[in-house]
Amino acid sequence: MIEVKKLVKRFGLKTILKGLDFIVQPGEFVALLGPNGAGKTTFLRILASLSRPSLGSVKVAGYSLPNESAKVRARLGVVSHMPLLYPDLTAEENLQFYARMYGLQDQASRITEVLGMVGLEARRKDLVRTFSRGMQQRLAIGRAIIHDPEVVLFDEPYTGLDQDASEMLDEVLRSVAAKGRTVVMTSHDLARAEDLATRFDVLTRGVISTSGTREDFKNSNLLDFYKKALEA
Amino acid sequence: MNTPAPSFFKAVFAIAHKDLAAEFRSRELLSAMLVFSMLVILIFNFALELDVKVRQSVTAGVLWTTFAFAGTLGLNRSMAVEKDRGCMDGLLLAPVDRSAIFFGKAISNLAFMLVVEAIVIPLYAMLYNETRIFQWEFLGVLLLGSIGYISVGTLLSAMSVQTRTRDVLLPILLFPVAVPVLLASVKASGGIVAGLPFEEILAPLNLLIVYDVIFLATSFMIFDYVVEE
Repeated sequence: MIEVKKLVKRFGLKTILKGLDFIVQPGEFVALLGPNGAGKTTFLRILASLSRPSLGSVKVAGYSLPNESAKVRARLGVVSHMPLLYPDLTAEENLQFYARMYGLQDQASRITEVLGMVGLEARRKDLVRTFSRGMQQRLAIGRAIIHDPEVVLFDEPYTGLDQDASEMLDEVLRSVAAKGRTVVMTSHDLARAEDLATRFDVLTRGVISTSGTREDFKNSNLLDFYKKALEA
Repeated sequence: MNTPAPSFFKAVFAIAHKDLAAEFRSRELLSAMLVFSMLVILIFNFALELDVKVRQSVTAGVLWTTFAFAGTLGLNRSMAVEKDRGCMDGLLLAPVDRSAIFFGKAISNLAFMLVVEAIVIPLYAMLYNETRIFQWEFLGVLLLGSIGYISVGTLLSAMSVQTRTRDVLLPILLFPVAVPVLLASVKASGGIVAGLPFEEILAPLNLLIVYDVIFLATSFMIFDYVVEE
């Protein structure tokens, strides 16, 4: 579903990604871990076609970037720590706008379905500026899956959320993954990543230094796995 | 879900509609542009000694100065809303040609500028006792000038919004580039107010049309590169 080979990304003289290889099978939930500044967000922006690779090949859902970026974008949903929502529009109007941008046919029923999934049906007519941070993040997930994408990218979705909001987000993320979508999530919250993901990749020094599943740390925990990966 | 690619025009309409709906609720952008325009008109009214002849010669200049500055306020704010909340990424993620974003934003920016002009023109006529601006030819020039100014302004605001000094940078970038449009607009609308024959305003009018086409075509071609990281 995602196939990245020898990816290099440079900003001026600084090289952020140094020949990164990354393959994700359909339906996998990959937690992308790494310290601040490792290049996780840069990598996700390249997968989302928001940034061009300097070198290397990137394929998402069978289409290569940047040449077939519109086809990739039609099959991709992105959630970042910014909700990408308009505060002066209602929850319904925000989803309606994105539904139009994705050319959906039966917009009304899809919007109702998505609002139900993220638990905001009762607030559909309320302005987004009246929403708490947690509610905005749930609606942001609704925005990202409005077109039922095959691949969903989450970039630090828990940033700024309190405990209750994070637990609600857990449920929404589980329901997104349960539909068989391919998910890549960056997070510093190892406990949540361990709970949700099926595979754990550590990005350090511009490459994926370690990759593993739960089987690889069944006698310890993700924190030990992560520390070892950083020390390696 | 198999989603068909959205049509270019539907995406343009969706963006313009979204901007107008959000502005209808908040009225932040329009109120700022209107208050600013009215203040400029008032200041000019007090600052200039206006006998009939002088009034005739300054009308076009005063109006276009006012619209250019007020337009800059609107352009800055319109793109800042997208950038500050990360919504520009939301637009860029849509599976549509990115020039649709340019046209959607340009249409909403033009609508805001035309609303300001529709309110400021009668106010100007009242304060300056100048009724010759209520001519179809004058309003036509106003529309052409606004299209040229907004098309280059929307493109440059997409560039300047990426920087920390966007409020200062936009006018610095925009005014030199928009000089041909502003000069042609002032010449053409000034000629209409002065009652010059059509042949005499044909040259600035042609220039205005040519610049509108050039700015629209250029923006269409390079917007994708401007918004790309």
